Amino acid sequence: MIIQFINMKKVKHRNSASSILGLSLALLLAFSTTVFSQETDTAAAATETTADASVGAGDPVNGKKLFNTNCAACHNLDKKMTGPALRGVGDKHDKEWLYSWIHNSSALIASGDADAVKIFEEFNKTPMTAFPQLSEAEIDDIIAYTMAPKPAPPVPPTVSGEGGGEGSSGGIDTNIVLAALALGFALMIAMLYVVNQTLRRIAEANGIELQKESEKRLPLWKAFIQNQFLVIVSVILLLLVSAWFAYGYLMQVGVDQGYKPNQPIHFSHRIHAGDNGIDCKYCHSSARVSKTSGIPSLNVCMNCHKNISEVAETTATPDHSKEFYDEQIQKLYKATGWDAENMKYTGETDPVKWVRIHNLPDFAYFNHSQHVTVAGVECQKCHGPVETFEVMEQFAPLTMGWCINCHRETNVKMEGNEYYEKIHEQLYKKYGRKDFTIAEMGGLECGKCHY
Amino acid sequence: MKSLIKLGIVLGVAASVTSCFNSSKPNYQYFPNMYEGVSYETYQESDAFANGKEGQLPPAHTIKRGWKPYEYENTTEGYDLAKANLVNPLMADSLDVKYDATKAAELYTIYCAICHGDKGDGQGTLVQREKFLGVPNYKDRDITEGSIYHVIYYGLNSMGSYAVQLNEEERWQVAEYVLELRNK
Repeated sequence: MIIQFINMKKVKHRNSASSILGLSLALLLAFSTTVFSQETDTAAAATETTADASVGAGDPVNGKKLFNTNCAACHNLDKKMTGPALRGVGDKHDKEWLYSWIHNSSALIASGDADAVKIFEEFNKTPMTAFPQLSEAEIDDIIAYTMAPKPAPPVPPTVSGEGGGEGSSGGIDTNIVLAALALGFALMIAMLYVVNQTLRRIAEANGIELQKESEKRLPLWKAFIQNQFLVIVSVILLLLVSAWFAYGYLMQVGVDQGYKPNQPIHFSHRIHAGDNGIDCKYCHSSARVSKTSGIPSLNVCMNCHKNISEVAETTATPDHSKEFYDEQIQKLYKATGWDAENMKYTGETDPVKWVRIHNLPDFAYFNHSQHVTVAGVECQKCHGPVETFEVMEQFAPLTMGWCINCHRETNVKMEGNEYYEKIHEQLYKKYGRKDFTIAEMGGLECGKCHY
Repeated sequence: MKSLIKLGIVLGVAASVTSCFNSSKPNYQYFPNMYEGVSYETYQESDAFANGKEGQLPPAHTIKRGWKPYEYENTTEGYDLAKANLVNPLMADSLDVKYDATKAAELYTIYCAICHGDKGDGQGTLVQREKFLGVPNYKDRDITEGSIYHVIYYGLNSMGSYAVQLNEEERWQVAEYVLELRNK
């Protein structure tokens, strides 16, 4: 009973009404954003077609497709990446030059073409992959795509305004319900009062004496003290209840379940592991092979964020705007000393002081690789649905009882593991069955974790 | 009356004590000395070194245990040399460690497939969600085991280096797997 109580106290029951509200709001927003993106798509298509007319050659729609598959790894329309920004490239060079550059830039540079050599030098002498497979017509399409004027940035106030409006209207809805309920209660009280009054008046008219309520009765607390049995029972009850509370409080000292500190960079596991489906071990790679899962070093972030300097419009949520997320990426750039303008590291780094969440005391030994690689335990088993966490928190209590429980319930994964062959045979002889829990294999011995 | 007051006090204390848990701060500990060791923790701030961190890079001209220097440079020439000369030691018969397709596929799925796609066609989740663009199909590229290893080690253009996440043997496992995907 007591243990149940403690467990219960730690479970967070979210207000179901508010969660339903949030869900519906999220749905609404999702729909509204898709509508928006469709609009911008059509707008972009419209500008593309007008651009097509002005250039007069090439199909920008096909160009976009070709650009995304062939060029976008190194080029962006408006941003310097591995190669130069390509918007309006058709104005900078004539078509013949572009054909020969794209088909084989190295040959063009070797021929001593001044423009070609200049670009080659400017971009750290990184040669561009030759694309002999692209026909001249296809290159025309790509040029047509790059000649499209820069689309006006979508106006964020409308989106956020709409979101905010819906949010507040959602709030009003509950308020209206509450107000209606309050009004109903008030009406009921008034009616009861009126009914009472009328009944009294009728009684008076009929000459019935209403019984006055006990005038001489003892005050309640005096009566209570005089009744010794009741006092004893209530004292015992009181002691039990307070012991219950005290035990519950003492047992959670030192347990950091639900610990959710603010990190210097707001890293959202929801976006990375959830929406984008990046494997946990992509960043926490040492969980595979070592004791700790490790806090990923920032160069792992930069593997992707060298190219992703801002989030998509659709990434923003009612809680966190696109600007907020973009700011976090800028913090990363500052910490690693990345100069996004020139695509270079400046060398001025500023380590991020992450706040450690999961921290076992020094006297307990725990090894990630044993659990992740050997046993094949899902990360979520202990860390919870991290892919839904906007802010990381400690999901499990990480108490000894919690460890032991799992070791009692879980079978050892022995198939295909040479290491367990011998002990498996011995245990099979002893118990006469094939599956053994970790506890049966000695997983509860003190020295396994405390030494 | 007294008991009422007592009840009030106990309830009040219980309420204040339980409501005190602030999720942005770690909880109280019974005997912190038992929890927080004297030794430095990984990544901890410390004044033992000049740059104020516990984690340090190996000093200049030293090599960390189990790590072998890679002799090709991170330049176009280095790439060409690696492409022409470097061979996968896992495919040689002399070694104990052998190419293990299951393990390689597992590593490939974790580290590469998110962009390059499960089949190596350049259609990973991040590409489909348009976070990353222009990831080529392996079949469209002229690559060798040497060049694959070189690119995993240093990265190329938009791709970052994976030398941190994969050790030497794992890099070769993945390189072989990529070749397999290409030739499928």
